[in-house]
Amino acid sequence: MNKKSNDSVIMKGNEALAEAAIRAGCRFYSGYPITPQTEVLEYLSWRMPEVGGEFIQTEDELAGINMIYGASAAGERVLTSSAGPGFSLLQEGISYLVAADLPAVIIDVARLGSGLGDIFQSQSDYELATKGNGHGDTMVITLTPASVQETVEFVYLAYELSEKYRHPVLILSDAAIGQMMEGVTFPELSEHDINKYDWSVKGRKKGSEPRKITNVSYFCEGGYYGYEAIYADKIKKIAENEQRWESINVEDAEIVTVAYGISSRICKEATELARESGLKLGLIRLKTATPFPVKAFDEISKDCKALLLVEMSISAQLKSDVVVASKGKLPIYAYLSSVDVPESEKVVEIANKIILDEAKEELVYEP
Amino acid sequence: MNLKAPEFMMNGKTSFCPGCGHGIIGRTLFENAVEMGYEEKLITVVDVACCSLFMYSTDCDFVGAAHGRVLPTAIGVKRSRKDNLVVAYHGDGAAYSIGMAHTMWSAIRNENITVIVVNNQVFGMTGGQMAPTTLNGQKTTSTPLGRDINLSGSPFDVTKVLKSFDIAYLARGSVDSPAEISKTKKYIANGIKNQMEGKGFSLIEVLSPCPTNWNVTPLDAIKHMNETVKNVFALGEFIKDGVVL
Amino acid sequence: MNIGIICSGFGGQGVLTTGLLMAYAFHHNGKNITWYPSYGSEMRGGTANCMVKASDTDIASPYVKKIDILVTLNEPAIAKFEKQVVPGGFLFVNSSLVDEKRCYRDDITVVKVDTEKLAEQAGNSKGANIAMIGAVLKKTAVLTFDEYNDAMTKYFTDKGKEKFNSLNTAALKAGYDSI
Repeated sequence: MNKKSNDSVIMKGNEALAEAAIRAGCRFYSGYPITPQTEVLEYLSWRMPEVGGEFIQTEDELAGINMIYGASAAGERVLTSSAGPGFSLLQEGISYLVAADLPAVIIDVARLGSGLGDIFQSQSDYELATKGNGHGDTMVITLTPASVQETVEFVYLAYELSEKYRHPVLILSDAAIGQMMEGVTFPELSEHDINKYDWSVKGRKKGSEPRKITNVSYFCEGGYYGYEAIYADKIKKIAENEQRWESINVEDAEIVTVAYGISSRICKEATELARESGLKLGLIRLKTATPFPVKAFDEISKDCKALLLVEMSISAQLKSDVVVASKGKLPIYAYLSSVDVPESEKVVEIANKIILDEAKEELVYEP
Repeated sequence: MNLKAPEFMMNGKTSFCPGCGHGIIGRTLFENAVEMGYEEKLITVVDVACCSLFMYSTDCDFVGAAHGRVLPTAIGVKRSRKDNLVVAYHGDGAAYSIGMAHTMWSAIRNENITVIVVNNQVFGMTGGQMAPTTLNGQKTTSTPLGRDINLSGSPFDVTKVLKSFDIAYLARGSVDSPAEISKTKKYIANGIKNQMEGKGFSLIEVLSPCPTNWNVTPLDAIKHMNETVKNVFALGEFIKDGVVL
Repeated sequence: MNIGIICSGFGGQGVLTTGLLMAYAFHHNGKNITWYPSYGSEMRGGTANCMVKASDTDIASPYVKKIDILVTLNEPAIAKFEKQVVPGGFLFVNSSLVDEKRCYRDDITVVKVDTEKLAEQAGNSKGANIAMIGAVLKKTAVLTFDEYNDAMTKYFTDKGKEKFNSLNTAALKAGYDSI
């Protein structure tokens, strides 16, 4: 995945993300400093002016998200980024972006815990990212990169999907991916024309239709009833077409781990470790958390005894999605490492305990 | 004064209450845009509530912002489309309460936008609660005994605060009479001119009647503005071309 | 190859850069790498560390729990990380700052490097951390002198700091030859 090639450079996840945004044609960033995502803001503070884009360090995250709402309405490719407490503040604006059918890319470099929590790595924003993102029927396409290289690829993908569906896309990174350096290569430069889409506000030419960027339902044929059908169709299409995942050894696995981001790398290593010791361990690695890759669970072997969630949180946040995806048929265990990056040996150890029916403490769901 | 509104305002009936000032203020803005030759460049960013009603009656390009986030939204539009005329239109609740940080910071950064704040001393759409500009002693649905400045502080006067900022333009108009409407229109024209010349932040506050939530007739509302409101909120230009007057 | 390195010391001693240069050199020579720094409030109060992994295969966690090579530039770093070194692993000690009588584990290789003196002798008083890297290369052979030096030279040249290249190479050589 991160093998060196001739044009490979080493970069921090956050900086690579920022550079990827520039190369994907983003020309508007507004945001507020917060650890562990501040490198995105710092990097764009000099890089964005270099390419003639707009960079604004805002008075707060509310301004950050609402400026990209305005810039997106004007047709620009936009970005804001935050973490933990700041991600909570973005929720209002994300809901408005969804309601107004506006493309935008939003970054949450997840950090530890509720309240102020701490700056350390964690995956405890999963529920907010997948079930929250503001009031109403809001859902946001959520991509979960597991390496610096994948972060870069997902920035491109995020802009593509956000414009395809006119919908905001969240990249749920974490402090480990954001802070570490790895080898990375960048895709081709992509240009964006601010006038590409007719729906963006430009000033109305005499005799032509005005553009009104607001809750789509207000000017929708049939009012809210009309909008309901359109929105329901949109989220259905996204759920059908945009599930992304990576499966390893699920066809014959006795235990299948489910993880995303930094934890999924550890699970990948664990599958190899386990196989060496004769345990058939598999992995479903989420690339999209929303839509949740339910299709991945159809491929699980009939001999599979249980699923094992591996998450850096205190509660098993993946549980409800995985219960639904596995149709409630399999017992679900969880290795919840909270502030620590999980360890592959521990994944194998718990998997072995599950086989021996000795993992009662890790059990979070029984069919 | 023109008797016919600009063509793009004729889309449909407004749903403002009888005696409301919004329709007049909006018309001064849209007439200016047409008369100054910026009709095709205008993008209006409106707050929720009463301000948003313009979207149903007027056919310019609009962006409907979240409550109190009109300025960040307008800044997003303007910085993306520097050749356009971007006008932020919101009430005093949005500008001075929930969106106060944005008002201050838009002014501190001297953002190149034209800002209209409608000051009617109440939250209109939600049914007449206390606003930042509610007068001392004024009864509202959330100050049934009248605003108590010991509890809620004094009415907020933007001109006292923004006078110390490096901004292009600051004025307060009113729509209580044809003469004041004419002055208000000129203030808004100045705000538009400043933006198109790249001079920076212009804020025009406009005193406006809200007979519905003041529980008075439209004529008594005008009387109240003349006898009381204008004594608290002084009219005129306060900063012009960056110079405090 | 599959190694884990921790560099630790006071902020200002070039701890993060020491790890970064090694990561850069591994990457330059075709290895997968991760480099993970202490950051944010961890950095306040003067201590810093970074973790480097280098491998021929994919790297799972950027966290180094079992240290193959521990590079310490001050005494607290030894106290904090010595116990994590794998048996048979290396502990590099900055003898310019560390008490000579200090005791160490006997199942690891302890290498004392007088980094400041070596750097000064090389005419590069700011190059103590680079002298330390020289010692690491010679003792552990994770990269050859040239493999590393070519990478370091490119690193500083790309940053527009090529005028320091000869001094940096001198500091590196001083550390390398001290073993």
